[in-house]
Amino acid sequence: MQAKVSVRRFNPDEEQPKPYTQEYDVEVEENFTVLDALIKVREEIDGSLALRCSCRAAICGSCAMRVNGHAVLACKARVTQHLSEDGSVSVEPAGNQPVIKDLVVDLEPFWNKIRAVEPYLQPSLPEPEGEYLAPNDVMLHLVDVMGCIMCGACVSDCTVLEVDPNFLGPAALAKAYRFVADTRDEEDTKRLGMYNAYGGIWDCTRCGECVQACPKGVAPMDRIMALREKAIASGTPPGSYDGASYGYRHAVAFEEIVAHKGRLEETQLVVKTLGMFNLPKMLGMVPTAIQAMFRRKMPPPIAKAAPGVDQVRRIANRIKWNRLSDAE
Amino acid sequence: MRYAFFPGCVSRGGAPELYQSTIAVAGRIGIELEEIEGWSCTGAGALQESNPLLGDTLNARNFALAQRMGLPIMTICSTCQGVMAQAKVKLEDEEYRAQINELLAEEGLEYTGGIQVKHMLWIMVEDIGLDHIRSLAVKSLDGIFLAPFYGCYIVRPSAALEYDEYPQRKVALELVIEALGATAVDNEGKTRCCGFPILTINERNSLAMVAKHTGEAQDLGADAMVTPCPLCHLNLDGFQSKAARQVGRQINVPILHLPQLIGAAMGMDAPTLGLNRHIVSSFDVALKMGIRV
Repeated sequence: MQAKVSVRRFNPDEEQPKPYTQEYDVEVEENFTVLDALIKVREEIDGSLALRCSCRAAICGSCAMRVNGHAVLACKARVTQHLSEDGSVSVEPAGNQPVIKDLVVDLEPFWNKIRAVEPYLQPSLPEPEGEYLAPNDVMLHLVDVMGCIMCGACVSDCTVLEVDPNFLGPAALAKAYRFVADTRDEEDTKRLGMYNAYGGIWDCTRCGECVQACPKGVAPMDRIMALREKAIASGTPPGSYDGASYGYRHAVAFEEIVAHKGRLEETQLVVKTLGMFNLPKMLGMVPTAIQAMFRRKMPPPIAKAAPGVDQVRRIANRIKWNRLSDAE
Repeated sequence: MRYAFFPGCVSRGGAPELYQSTIAVAGRIGIELEEIEGWSCTGAGALQESNPLLGDTLNARNFALAQRMGLPIMTICSTCQGVMAQAKVKLEDEEYRAQINELLAEEGLEYTGGIQVKHMLWIMVEDIGLDHIRSLAVKSLDGIFLAPFYGCYIVRPSAALEYDEYPQRKVALELVIEALGATAVDNEGKTRCCGFPILTINERNSLAMVAKHTGEAQDLGADAMVTPCPLCHLNLDGFQSKAARQVGRQINVPILHLPQLIGAAMGMDAPTLGLNRHIVSSFDVALKMGIRV
């Protein structure tokens, strides 16, 4: 079968380097992966095509790239499953990372962010002679997150990194969760404080791109949400980053409002998140609020409780009560 | 076709024109809606940050209320759709469901699993059908260019949203736009994030996303963007001018809710559809679509 493989290329050695697209007609077998097709291009059509790969079995994490606009491991993506109606497939380098050449990206920023979360065990126990042992059942919940192969597919498709390269990103924060959730690690307070900073857990938009892109089921966004839950539950101070304070208050206020009213009160949520007397921020919302008022769509400051709210309040109280009983 | 209607908080709050236009078009396209009495917020993913158990219980309660009505659920919010789909997956675990049903028992409710939750967008494609949509379009939308914008939660994670079973969900918005006679532009940002969840947390990043996606739609010549998500609408519409100022360019792209587009194609007038209630004026696109403004 013929496939038109459209590759986004970039050669830094050209006089005025700029990305361009090159198409290759490749004869592919039914079971060909995108990586098989690219290797065939490199070996039989164009030896100048640069790409990174090693194991060809979705283990080493070297060949993350974008196929039809979304990050995948090229060795795990079947050509036939990605062919468009006209028989073509588009291949680009992984996103949000500087391109070195063609499909090879610079992973230095990726590793710097992994290092920044201190991805190693920090126990307070005296150093054992062998490993730091842990019972099997307290480690089982970490199996998925420990399956990360550092391919950077999640980083490629992260919507926050597209607009803010300072964001630690899904891979590093999933790694951060791995140590906070490890019972042998004793530095949760320090860690949660670090991850509360600008570029940390509160800057995630919950868009789910990383969950979708991850080839190993790490679900980085879910780990970031679990870190938020831990930060709130442990009472870790938000620290000096305003975004963390707003993030804390947003999550807590959301729960309070829904548990009390059954439905969301948008105006209350904004006021409780930003703070009534936070004039610069509150004033920033005024133009939109005024325009909404003129269009008869400004939600009332205090909404009526929804029908059935008694049941919502009862459920919320019961959960709170059960938690307190469990804690005792 | 009858559905247990779940409007969601935003259509009853900051985006009332979504509720208004849904009610205006539903009957005329063969969708009979019976609002779920006593529905509550799904948690929108935000409640799940601080109290996932409460989030799951409130979703199970909504499911149980709909099951008591004997009807599948229709949502008009991508976020509600996604959060409910994820809760549904979690509630397939019988042990967890039993724990949650214990909390519901006092109200005489029980969620037995297997609820069907469908966004109006999917209902249009899967239940109403593209042929019927074509027959509804009395106004020619020839020459109208529209940029689809899905909202994260109706796209990802695709497994919970049953994309393998219903592959057309991936392009449902384009299918509806084209069936109504308009042209869908191919904007890269259509399945990306609008930035709304971090609007009050990191406004700069949130507005950068608004500017990126509305700016892209404008550069591609779109007359408007169309979204099935009222939260995306709040950000893309309400904060578009602020976002444009942040990036130092002019952006002026009206944002339409899905039922507003359907109603316009059916020849309904702008006030009936609440097109006069947007922050970015929809006047020009309404005129271009040939409906009364």
